[in-house]
Amino acid sequence: MRFTLNGQAVAFEGSGARRLLDVLREELGATGTKEGCGEGECGACSVLIDGEVVDSCLVAVGQVEGLDVMTVEGLALQDGKLSHLQQAFIEHGAAQCGICTPGMLLAAHVLLEQSRRLTADHVREGLAGNLCRCTGYTKIIDAVLSCRK
Amino acid sequence: MCPAPVAAVGRSVPRREGVDKVTGRARYTDDIAVPGGAWYGRTIRSTIARGAIRSITLDPAFDWARVVVVTADDIPGDNVVQLIRDDQPVLATKGGEIRHKEEPILLLAAADRSTLEEAASHIRIQYDPAEPVYELEQATEVFSTVDITKGDVATAEREADLVVEREFRVGLQEQLYIEPQGAIAFPEANGSIKIIGSLQCPYYVHRALKRALKLTDQQAVVIQAETGGGFGGKEEYPSIVAVHAALLARKAGRPVRLIYDRHEDLAATTKRHPGVIRHRTTVRKDGTLLSQDIEIVLDGGAYCTLTPVVLSRAAIHAAGPYACPNVRIRARAVATNTPPNGAFRGFGAPQSLFAAELMVEHVAERLGMSSVDLRRKWMLRLGDTTATGQRLTESVGSELVLDAALKNAPAVRPSGRPTVRRGRGLSLVFHGSGFTGSGEKKLQGTVALEAVPDGTFRILTASTEIGQGTKTIFCQLAADALGVGMDKVVLAPQDTSLVPDSGPTVASRTAMIVGRLVQEAATEIKERLQRQKPPLRVEKSYIQPDSIHWDETTYRGDAYPVYAWACTIADVDVDMTTGEVRVTDLVTAVDCGKALHPVMAEGQIEGGSLQAVGWATIEEIKMKDGGYQNDRLATYLIPTALDAPRIRTILVENPYSRGPFGAKGIGELPMDGPAPAIIAAIHDATGVWLDEIPATPEKVLAACASR
Repeated sequence: MRFTLNGQAVAFEGSGARRLLDVLREELGATGTKEGCGEGECGACSVLIDGEVVDSCLVAVGQVEGLDVMTVEGLALQDGKLSHLQQAFIEHGAAQCGICTPGMLLAAHVLLEQSRRLTADHVREGLAGNLCRCTGYTKIIDAVLSCRK
Repeated sequence: MCPAPVAAVGRSVPRREGVDKVTGRARYTDDIAVPGGAWYGRTIRSTIARGAIRSITLDPAFDWARVVVVTADDIPGDNVVQLIRDDQPVLATKGGEIRHKEEPILLLAAADRSTLEEAASHIRIQYDPAEPVYELEQATEVFSTVDITKGDVATAEREADLVVEREFRVGLQEQLYIEPQGAIAFPEANGSIKIIGSLQCPYYVHRALKRALKLTDQQAVVIQAETGGGFGGKEEYPSIVAVHAALLARKAGRPVRLIYDRHEDLAATTKRHPGVIRHRTTVRKDGTLLSQDIEIVLDGGAYCTLTPVVLSRAAIHAAGPYACPNVRIRARAVATNTPPNGAFRGFGAPQSLFAAELMVEHVAERLGMSSVDLRRKWMLRLGDTTATGQRLTESVGSELVLDAALKNAPAVRPSGRPTVRRGRGLSLVFHGSGFTGSGEKKLQGTVALEAVPDGTFRILTASTEIGQGTKTIFCQLAADALGVGMDKVVLAPQDTSLVPDSGPTVASRTAMIVGRLVQEAATEIKERLQRQKPPLRVEKSYIQPDSIHWDETTYRGDAYPVYAWACTIADVDVDMTTGEVRVTDLVTAVDCGKALHPVMAEGQIEGGSLQAVGWATIEEIKMKDGGYQNDRLATYLIPTALDAPRIRTILVENPYSRGPFGAKGIGELPMDGPAPAIIAAIHDATGVWLDEIPATPEKVLAACASR
């Protein structure tokens, strides 16, 4: 089985029925993607598949054959520097315990790619599938809005 | 000469581990790779709420050589989860009592998950069930009681023009840290066991390991991994996870990874104590507060855990932030056959302050007064005494926060929809920072600071980073006290083989109590460096100031070193057709003493406030046969970004002389105020008073219908 992970071609031998989440974490060493509930409720395991936010605990790895998968490890810039969004999360205090942060960053990344005129309400809607128990979301919303182009 | 570094305290410097957290490099427990691989562990739990184990049968058709099975017989030390009372077994014993659903009975480990699942399906446990007790009204066993008396309530009541009585109820709540409980145990040379886990209190786990596995101080090693939230849920429960993992690793002779899935975490781990609180308040016609007579009953669940300490904090906060000359508080915590309740942000105070704040509303309504005016009349001010007779001598922010919240609250806008009514409510709360009474004195939390020859400094503390900012704040405090840049200060890992016992990371004590020790150690090392050369090491332990007096037999005296204060204004929309309550705006003004890191301080207030919004509105646990019916994240709902109100925080700085740079503990405070403010806002919108939370649509509709 082959797919692209953060721009790199990867191959995985084994059952295509395994959860993408487990293959990422256990076979490909991409532990930035977290398991919060295992049933698609919390968004901690969010990844991007061909640019769409998906809960990787609900996806069998066979379903991503030939597709582009992006995880938090792929967010930094080519030179290894933090992206504007990652930097904003630090500056605004959008990451506290950090366990929801990888999924939250990916969901926010897609929002920022999709729309130039984001409002706080758009951000709330776009991040509603990613639970955070630390921040009350205020600082996350501030961080995302600060990255509007 | 180098230019003086910019002061770090008071600035929102980048979080120490921020880069690791936004790049996915931060290693949480389940992210840690074990060289050579670790086996997977699993806990087999009781399916009944009360009874005895008649038999445990391992199906002979299964090849048990492929798995490790641990029973109570495999516990080398005491079969006790070390905490306050020795009532909770590590594993239930055959013939011994089962006291709640999900009680651990057996442990399994195997090389892969499918073998583990297969093994679990080949275990049969038979029980002799007994009649369980589920309701606190039916409970007969009492874990603890607290009685607080100030003045003479009976005599005061004779002068009253008005007597108001009311009963309130609060429900269970799950901490719902997004990273579930987990630990990895490594058997090491000389019979040592090393634990890497998701936890708040390394030395609690250390003590539990020593006791159950019969280990020496050196043989038990506990290391905190990056931890994905705690909120009290990782105060005492990780001791159970770690001891279980250790027993499996010891028997397997290899590392074992015991990571709960969300379902197990929700079904089996501790929750906020539910309870019933009754008030009888008397006043004169002009609103003068004469007496408060308060009864609190908390449901501790099946085992004691930290319940007596939770009850103590509930009782001490029960009169609210008000100066009443005559107070009687009778509190008790009872046992039921439900999973044990335990630590959760606020630790009893949210429960009792919910009732206290709504009583102000009810008395004001009966008097025909504004509840804000009544609060101004009653509130504790400098020089007043609390229910325990504590005279407040400094940093009393009651009026400051009330004024700041009122000034910053936006005008209430009409809802614009005919079926939706909008309302506003307010609350005023205080929260004791640090341990109750003599807790800090007994504990003597310790930190160390080392000056290294390369010009850097190393802070050694067992206080953990669980998202609240410990790592950053301690480095800020040390840097400023030393007069060096933040880049010269590092923090040693939270590893019991390296760091002294600074006490648990709980009770809004980390920044204020342990942070002060960091500051003191840094000040001393700076002074010694004028005469001595590095390496130098300074240790500082908490010393109770002579001015603090507490009598734990009479519950009289200085219950806390100082209090933090908050006023919350909540705006709600109530849909009169569905009963749905939506909190649209929250404004909270907080007297934090000094904001060491304003962004993180706001982060504590915002996050805690939303947890309180959840508790007050949507977080409901339904019980069935002594277990939680909605024990999945699909059915136990917490607020999403769409549900969350716009939250505005106003930090009021009102320094406390013994806090580091004037700071007071504020981590738990935001859990106290929103719930009563929301219930008052629902009343403002609908005209009905709810006495019970969460304010679910069913309760709102029923209250409106019966009006």
